[in-house]
Amino acid sequence: MSAYMRRAWIVVWKDVLSERRSKESLNALVFFSILLLFVFQFALGPERARVEAALPGLLWLGFILAGLLAFGRTFLVERENDCWEGLVLSPGDKSAIYLGKLAGNVLLMAVVEAVLLVLFAVFFGLDFTGVLPALCLVLALGTLGLAAVGTLFGAITAQLRARELLFPVLLLPAVVPILLGAVSATQSVILGQPLAEAAAWLKLLAAADLIYLVVGVLTFEFVLEG
Amino acid sequence: MAVRTLGWLAVLALVAGVATAFGYAPREVVQGNVQRIMYLHVPAVLTAYLAFGLVFLGSVGYLLTRRPGWDRLALAAAEPGVIFTGITIASGSIWGKPTWGTWWTWDARLTSTAVLFLVYVGYLLLRGMIDEPDRRARAAAVVGILGTANIPIVHFSVKWWRALHQPATILGPEPSPIAAPIALTLVVNWLAFTLLLLYLVAKRTEIARLEDLHAG
Repeated sequence: MSAYMRRAWIVVWKDVLSERRSKESLNALVFFSILLLFVFQFALGPERARVEAALPGLLWLGFILAGLLAFGRTFLVERENDCWEGLVLSPGDKSAIYLGKLAGNVLLMAVVEAVLLVLFAVFFGLDFTGVLPALCLVLALGTLGLAAVGTLFGAITAQLRARELLFPVLLLPAVVPILLGAVSATQSVILGQPLAEAAAWLKLLAAADLIYLVVGVLTFEFVLEG
Repeated sequence: MAVRTLGWLAVLALVAGVATAFGYAPREVVQGNVQRIMYLHVPAVLTAYLAFGLVFLGSVGYLLTRRPGWDRLALAAAEPGVIFTGITIASGSIWGKPTWGTWWTWDARLTSTAVLFLVYVGYLLLRGMIDEPDRRARAAAVVGILGTANIPIVHFSVKWWRALHQPATILGPEPSPIAAPIALTLVVNWLAFTLLLLYLVAKRTEIARLEDLHAG
């Protein structure tokens, strides 16, 4: 393993360890997902057909709302005990820290998404088992794009007074392509269409992921200076 | 002095633009006079794209050199960029009501222009919230770069999502089917808007420089 990957891995390991011990984000996020389910149910009413028609949008609405909470917190822990200075002073390419934080966010979102999918399946009586592999691919591509921008913008807004306001204002318009692509691809996958039907959207998601990752890797060191 | 000359050139060009739009360009057969909104709508959006290109240039320039002048360029271009995008959306809306029968529709180009507007409003909000100049410049540059890199992705995603607005006539791959007097009027107005943008950017850069001097 190269030194670069090792540094990224250390960041992931540190965040996972502190999350495992404090369970700060995950507990609240899972609870938040359950609340979202109630909100969706109340907003749409008891009719099953309506929920089913809106399902791809609801799923991604849930993911992005959870993501807004999760990504915005990415760098807040680093503000305590001069951790931020520690990151700035750490040797080597700073983008390793970005990739580490990004991987941590993707992991966290993967758990939240799994929970939300199970909740949807149970409470709305849906069956995802047949489409699960294809759905996982769409979720992975969409989540990577969301997290790539979210991690970068989370670092930018971590030091701001009005970060809770500014973070969604910056993030939401930037991830419009991810939302459009992911919702359309999820729609196609859930309807049981072959993956080739959603190929254009998957390619768009992959292209968006790539561009966001490249911008994040190239610019992160300037953000980290604080 | 050069800036002032540019300003007067912009005024002259805008007067010429208004004169050609109302005096020289023919009355459109189907839409009537309302089609003349095009001479505001199309130059405004082309100018907005140019402005966002300048934001990108200034952002990259700042991160590479750390010279405050690049950051001032990014700021000076972002503000008129947002205004011109706003003019594009407002004029398109006024044009859409009589021709399409609606003020707003979630068509591809309308949506992607609106997204662009929101991205750069967010950019300006971010700038307003950081006081320390170098930190502000770095944060804004990163958002500016991502915003511009995102333009093609937003464009294609929204295009595939919805396809009412006519495709691009002038910048499209086919030879333009547009009548010569209409095309000429467009070019005059486009030049006028570009001169206006350059004047605004030059003036705003100068004001930002004086502000920085004053703040010490």
